[in-house]
Amino acid sequence: MEKSMKILVVDDFSTMRRIIKNLLRDLGYNDTAEADDGSTALPMLKNGTFDFLITDWNMPNMPGIDLLKAVRADEKLKSMPVLMVTAEAKRDQIVEAAQAGVNGYIIKPFTADTLREKIDKIFERVNAGA
Amino acid sequence: MDGTPTDSTRAALRDRQLEKAKRLVALIESGDDDAANRLIEELGRMHESLLFEQLGKLTRDLHDALNAFRGDSRLMEIAQSEIPDAKERLNYVVAMTEQSAHRTLNAVEESLPAAENIARQADELAASWDRFRRRDMVADEFRALSREIAGFLETTAEDAEMVRRNLSDVLMAQDFQDLTGQVIRRVIHLVQDLERNLVGLVRISGERLAVPEGRGKPGKQTEATGPTVAGTAGSGDVVTGQDGVDDLLSSLGF
Repeated sequence: MEKSMKILVVDDFSTMRRIIKNLLRDLGYNDTAEADDGSTALPMLKNGTFDFLITDWNMPNMPGIDLLKAVRADEKLKSMPVLMVTAEAKRDQIVEAAQAGVNGYIIKPFTADTLREKIDKIFERVNAGA
Repeated sequence: MDGTPTDSTRAALRDRQLEKAKRLVALIESGDDDAANRLIEELGRMHESLLFEQLGKLTRDLHDALNAFRGDSRLMEIAQSEIPDAKERLNYVVAMTEQSAHRTLNAVEESLPAAENIARQADELAASWDRFRRRDMVADEFRALSREIAGFLETTAEDAEMVRRNLSDVLMAQDFQDLTGQVIRRVIHLVQDLERNLVGLVRISGERLAVPEGRGKPGKQTEATGPTVAGTAGSGDVVTGQDGVDDLLSSLGF
């Protein structure tokens, strides 16, 4: 797993973005950027060189599930690993995210260990598949 | 409007009352007491029928307003599930913020003594180190200082790790802001929804109740429009005599 990879963190709460960024830095990932909802994240993804997307679900304007679908529908972005970090815990929602092609799903509140574990798992699979 | 036919009914009633009153005067002047008494009773009943008509209308307004309230499923939903739901959600906010505050305080309470300890020991060692550099120290003292420094480095490494762990915990404890923020936004949304629905209900009720209220005020609405004529504007909403009033009241459970 590349510690130099560029990660976009999308959450409408700045506190949660800071928490995730701090945890990522703790795990050795220093190249991160933030967006406060899907509609600001999507142009950043399209015009940027991000390797990994971490997104919340429940956000104004464009929720995370729509962002995920937009990423999967974009020729350039479709293979980007996406981790959803959200308080949405309904069975239907998790199934929907899975069907939309999410790579990992973390329920808030979560621990630093869970985040590390899921990121490791995602990139194990990505690298095995590559 | 509801007021117009009722006003015309009242005008018709007034005409009939006036006609009966004239007859009453004639009967009393002619000395026919029995007929005069019957006519007085009749006049009383006419007044009663007007009262019943108004009472019936008020009852119907109340009935309709209550039905409108019952029929508003959004309000029902809010009252039956979302308000109790909101209470639970706000309890969750209280519990989450309390938990986060304790988690933060625990980390601080554990870290502060360690930080104070490191500072105090560093001060003591600095004083000894200063003496050593000024060559103001015998060999035995230096050996003791050497042991102290080794011990200090060991405990400092342990303490720093503990402080790092606690700071991470303080970091994670801030997740309450996101979680409770989402919940509070939902409750704000519910309160706005409730307000909108209540305003709607007041408006519906206000339209119904504005008619009897307006009746007492001078204005076009209260002017007599003559007898009610079937098939004319406003004739549809008028009760037809006492039977109509009785039917209406019985339909309302009277």
